[in-house]
Amino acid sequence: MLESVLVANRGEIARRIIGTLRRMGIRAVAVYSDADSGLPYVREADEAVAIGAPPALSSYLDARAVLAAARQTGAEAVHPGYGFLAEHAEFAVAVVEAGLTWVGPPPAAIAQMGNKINARNLMEQAGVPVAAGTREPVEDVAAAVAEAGRIGYPVMIKAAAGGGGIGMSAAANEAELRAGFATARSRAERFFGNPAILLERCIEQARHVEVQILGLNDGRVLTLGERDCSVQRRHQKVAEETPSPGVTPDLRARMLAAAVRAGEAVGYRGAGTVECLVDVVSQDFVFLEMNARIQVEHPITEMVTGIDLVEQQLLIAGGGDVSFPPPPVRSTGHAVELRIYAEDPVRFLPSPGVITEWAEPSGPGVRVDAGYTAGNEVTPFYDPLLAKLCVHGADRAEALRRARAAVAGFRIGGLKTNLAFHAELLDSDEFASGRYDTSVVARLRS
Amino acid sequence: MTEVRAEMVANVWQVVASEGDSVADGDTLVILESMKMEIPVLAEGPGTVTKLAVAEGDVVQEGDLIAVIE
Repeated sequence: MLESVLVANRGEIARRIIGTLRRMGIRAVAVYSDADSGLPYVREADEAVAIGAPPALSSYLDARAVLAAARQTGAEAVHPGYGFLAEHAEFAVAVVEAGLTWVGPPPAAIAQMGNKINARNLMEQAGVPVAAGTREPVEDVAAAVAEAGRIGYPVMIKAAAGGGGIGMSAAANEAELRAGFATARSRAERFFGNPAILLERCIEQARHVEVQILGLNDGRVLTLGERDCSVQRRHQKVAEETPSPGVTPDLRARMLAAAVRAGEAVGYRGAGTVECLVDVVSQDFVFLEMNARIQVEHPITEMVTGIDLVEQQLLIAGGGDVSFPPPPVRSTGHAVELRIYAEDPVRFLPSPGVITEWAEPSGPGVRVDAGYTAGNEVTPFYDPLLAKLCVHGADRAEALRRARAAVAGFRIGGLKTNLAFHAELLDSDEFASGRYDTSVVARLRS
Repeated sequence: MTEVRAEMVANVWQVVASEGDSVADGDTLVILESMKMEIPVLAEGPGTVTKLAVAEGDVVQEGDLIAVIE
């Protein structure tokens, strides 16, 4: 069992990991940039180390600073959370070479899944369905046009080294592809340090459904159900739920089986997520990407299974077995997560500022994972996530009723938030019916 | 004379226009970045950029001057 862990992250996920560490009696070490010294996670850790100026490159992405903090505090392991260094295979290697335990999958698995072209090819070989798309990086616009001709429009232009929905754009025809290609390359370089582009056939009506996997030390890959993440703006998730109201038992069984094959194909260890797109019309699915880390929306899986996923990550990283009975994992009720962002609820533009009021809702089935509290400054250097409002109910209707009340009871003052958008989402016929797809937010805003 | 000011706290990611440039309505002057979102700052009418008050890497507060167009 691990005795001390440095959490190489910030905000709500750092706080959430520190919470489990403390519950397990493991010493928790936090790192923080100059912008984050007042955040709750810093004082909730057993020890906290300042690691640099606010820009992520100067702090949370500074591998040397993070490793120095681990040395300084005697932390024996590093948990990277999500984003930042979580999917940097070189950092995982550096952690291991420093004699520390990496709380995550083997660096080779991170590297393989971190490149989406590579991941697609590997999955195809493992018998996991993938969308028509490129098998090699697209180097220039001429190659892009040729590829798109083979794949068929509309195509999605993506950064091969990307994630988080960033730097994606759709092209319905050659003109749009030509116009969007250069921007996509420069964004890929800017955000991910790698200009490689891939093209994939767009599914016209799709749901984004992902499967939670756990790779055990004995080589087994377990699945803990699926999550529907179709509520998105700018290709980034805003709300998620489990089980997916758009997945039949047969489709679920096929997706879970494919997720196991995907995990086995890369020798996966620890918590991971296999992201897929479901074609609403054909009820087929295709592999999109595997995220070799814990996901933002993991709490809804925890709420329906009663399993602490961070705890399982720590147990597996420590060489042990998971804490729950053998599969199949039982799931009870329905859970929804609403991501509370520091942005205006109409156009979703960022709204940094100082939080003057922070009052979380409470009640049966309500869980709030918050990164901030009153008095904190929300700066422009990081993503706009303020908190995750997660709600469980005996069934979907109860979960949504509780969610409406919880949104109404959440007061955040001093900056704009998307709470009003979530109220609107929960009141919409489309979302309430469960028959929505990835265009639902666009329709609410049209 | 128009003073173009920042509408929110953000990082200056790219300075696209230069002092002395002629710009048309809708031309990009600078691109800000806030919370992983790119926010182009556009000229709201034709003119000449007589002053560029920011450099790449600067952090601007709400209301800070970005450019002057005459």
